[in-house]
Amino acid sequence: MKWALVGIISICTALGDLLNTAGMKRQAAVEELNARSLGHLVARIFHNPLVLGGIGALSISFFAFLSLLSISNVSFAVPATAISYLLETMLAKYVLKEGVTWRRWAGASLVSCGVALLSW
Amino acid sequence: MHKTRVLTFVVILANVIGNLLLSRGMHQVGKIVSASPLDYVRAFANPWALIGMCVLVLWMIAELALLSRADLSFVLPITASVYVLIAMCGHFVLDEQISLVQWIGIVVISLGAALVGGTPASTTQHPAEHRL
Repeated sequence: MKWALVGIISICTALGDLLNTAGMKRQAAVEELNARSLGHLVARIFHNPLVLGGIGALSISFFAFLSLLSISNVSFAVPATAISYLLETMLAKYVLKEGVTWRRWAGASLVSCGVALLSW
Repeated sequence: MHKTRVLTFVVILANVIGNLLLSRGMHQVGKIVSASPLDYVRAFANPWALIGMCVLVLWMIAELALLSRADLSFVLPITASVYVLIAMCGHFVLDEQISLVQWIGIVVISLGAALVGGTPASTTQHPAEHRL
């Protein structure tokens, strides 16, 4: 059950972030950081199926994480899901076609290890 | 580039504040073990949990705004600084103990975030025809 939840969390987090990024790249980039511009962004999200799907996937991941915390310790839950940083970097490179250089790979790997160590 | 940095800062700050408020609220509410989201919704009768959730909604909006300007592979490692700040707040504000292994984790995450911070925020073309 624990590992099934880890799987659900990792897949839903990666899918959610992927959909949100793809969706936000399709709608206009936020140029001005004021209430009007951010209000416009929120209004457009409701017509953006990719972002709506992304938020849905992240919500499933959030509730699955709360369930995982209720049946295991934080020291199991956090390191087990830290791998999603590498999974998402891979998806960013191959699905979103981002320029993932060695610095980004090294950064994502260090962050994954660091998150695992932090919850030791 | 300047606005991307401001947004990154807002995303990190809103995440830390939202989670600390939510955590304080959930400790007052007590243990919830349920598969039904409704049981979690009931926790928001607690003002700390409610304010924390509102800050996390702002975090989500700022995160989406940031993703409209920057790569996912740039945003993820940098916003992992949240783990470092939460651990620091726990140590210096709430007097929680941090072990040697955890200090190493903090340094390793910071190094990773700094490495990615040195790369350009966006490497993809924005297809949208107009900008906000």
